[in-house]
Amino acid sequence: MLTIKNINTYYGQVHALKNVSLHLQEGEIVTLIGANGAGKTTLLNTISGIVPPKSGQILFSGTPIHELPPHGIVERGISQVPEGRQVFKPLSVEDNLELGAYLRYRKRDGKTEAKKTMAVVFDLFPILMDRRKQPAGTLSGGEQQMLAIGRALMAKPKIMLLDEPSMGLAPLVVQEIFRVIENLAGEQKTTVLLVEQNARVALKTAARGYVLETGKVILEGEAADLMENRDVQRAYLGRDKKEIWER
Amino acid sequence: MKIWDPLHECMPREDLEQLQLEKLQATVNRVYKNVTYYRKTFTELNIIPEDIQSLSDLTRLPFTTKNELRLNYPYGMFAVPLREVVRIHSSSGTTSKPIVMGYTKNDIRTWSNLVARFMSAAGVTRDDLVQIAFLYGLYTGAFGLHYGTEAIGASVIPMSTGNTEKQVMILQDYRATVLVCTPSYAVALADYMERHGIDARSLTLRVGLFGGEPWSEELRAEIEDRLAITAMDNYGVSEVLGPGIAGECQCKNGMHIFEDAFLPEIIDPKTGAVLPPGSVGELVLTTLAKEAFPLIRYRTGDLTSLDYGPCPCGRTLVRMKKTMGRSDDMLIIKGVNVLPSQIEEAIFSVSRERPPHQLVVSRRGALDTLEILIEATEKFFALDFQEQLALLNLMKKRIRSVVGIDASLRLVEPKSLPRSEGTVVSVKDTR
Repeated sequence: MLTIKNINTYYGQVHALKNVSLHLQEGEIVTLIGANGAGKTTLLNTISGIVPPKSGQILFSGTPIHELPPHGIVERGISQVPEGRQVFKPLSVEDNLELGAYLRYRKRDGKTEAKKTMAVVFDLFPILMDRRKQPAGTLSGGEQQMLAIGRALMAKPKIMLLDEPSMGLAPLVVQEIFRVIENLAGEQKTTVLLVEQNARVALKTAARGYVLETGKVILEGEAADLMENRDVQRAYLGRDKKEIWER
Repeated sequence: MKIWDPLHECMPREDLEQLQLEKLQATVNRVYKNVTYYRKTFTELNIIPEDIQSLSDLTRLPFTTKNELRLNYPYGMFAVPLREVVRIHSSSGTTSKPIVMGYTKNDIRTWSNLVARFMSAAGVTRDDLVQIAFLYGLYTGAFGLHYGTEAIGASVIPMSTGNTEKQVMILQDYRATVLVCTPSYAVALADYMERHGIDARSLTLRVGLFGGEPWSEELRAEIEDRLAITAMDNYGVSEVLGPGIAGECQCKNGMHIFEDAFLPEIIDPKTGAVLPPGSVGELVLTTLAKEAFPLIRYRTGDLTSLDYGPCPCGRTLVRMKKTMGRSDDMLIIKGVNVLPSQIEEAIFSVSRERPPHQLVVSRRGALDTLEILIEATEKFFALDFQEQLALLNLMKKRIRSVVGIDASLRLVEPKSLPRSEGTVVSVKDTR
């Protein structure tokens, strides 16, 4: 569904992604894991057009999208949930959601269609329904994360790019968020590319994963296999630390 | 027949190539980072991992041969620290030093599933009893099939080699349904049963998975007829993995290479140039899924050809023909790789001289035999009969310990061996 071949992305002189290739199949949850600065967020930003690649190809259902502007990519069906939620704090929950459907409002029947999608979002996150008139800034971290996911869903994406959805959240809330992510892929057939620091949860949810290190993919495989890989365990699951602790 | 991993075995070519590219790039990144030999060689050739932008860029990378593996004996080619290796196997090297292969926990799991693929393709299910008559030990064969059987959930009878009488007893009494051994041993079993009046049709045996040595279609027909089973072929190279690189499906028309785990190429063994699909040449394999012992463009030394045409079984994986011989002078005797140079070294280490000699490989019934004819030198003539015999026995023992198989030795008259352009014809293969 999404095929990435040999992309190279730079921040000025910094070569942030080196020859990265990756693919997503429809309805699949794929995770990107790696240490801070490995290039995970950069990869999401490259796909969504925020930091376009210097070279390489991104094909979405066979057509190249790497030269489109970010809004063009959203229009094709790829939505990003940014790191740190980035909700519009002074605006109400409802307004935040409506902004997610910005491109659809300009179409005929767009407004009524968007209302339907909002009902689906409220179905997924009933708490947002209760808080729909409240300014987003007054929501808890978990609720803001739900809102950020809901806002992305308002564009009816085929692919969701999720950046660190568990960051700073209590374990119970993380569980809830991941239940929704699984549901997105399972029932709504949305394809999910998930960036996570919490590699354990990510590998449990995803079918496959890629391990990034200093801008390069060093491992690709089934999530269950990656969980067993000692490099992954040491670097991202904290296994060795725990062993020492238990001794 | 059940397809063990339909996702990977029946993948459309385009998707497979994307997956191969991703895995190739990740593998090259890892060997460049973790294996000193590869980093050094790439640097000398002025290659960085980022140069690999497509599958065809593979040709820019250097070949890995047995020699490199030998020079990095024992652990130099490992891409993970030794503490992450959960298994060591080894294979016969080009000299007395063997080659050491390591496997991580994930490698063992990958291996099990790859073997399970060709076992399933041969019709093995969880209801089967699998008698494994490969040698358990440092060789990869027995363990590979053992793991595959366990992955499928069938029962393993880890019989190992030898003791034909007991093998037949187990076939009869334990009601084994699948036999794993070398094709020549299958014939030996058939011979034994014939001599002892045991009707193969009275056995529960239905499938044979044979490997470890090259065998012909004629031999397949003979085994199928005499043991009343379906005989299936598979392909493995111990340095690359062991069994589980390729295996036949029910169509028996070439062995599907598990291309999501190995990237095959066919090269001209003389020039190293990549040959177009269909040509006969040396098989070169790059591992895509191995953690502990990844190999880039490993020259297997086996001659074969690849067929990318569709297969009625539904697998989209390329098929390789039965191997047609070795690209170097290596002999495969009783499933064991034997190099004439190993034998010469063994003779030299005992007699401290290099008498002209010839290896005669022949097939008695279906079993390979190795006879070594040695021209008697003056040193031999100086010895009395008892001493000569003792020396020959010592050589025989030494050859057995270096090569791993028994050879019969015979002294012949000086200058009696056939010569071509003044040098003795070192190998006579009458098989």
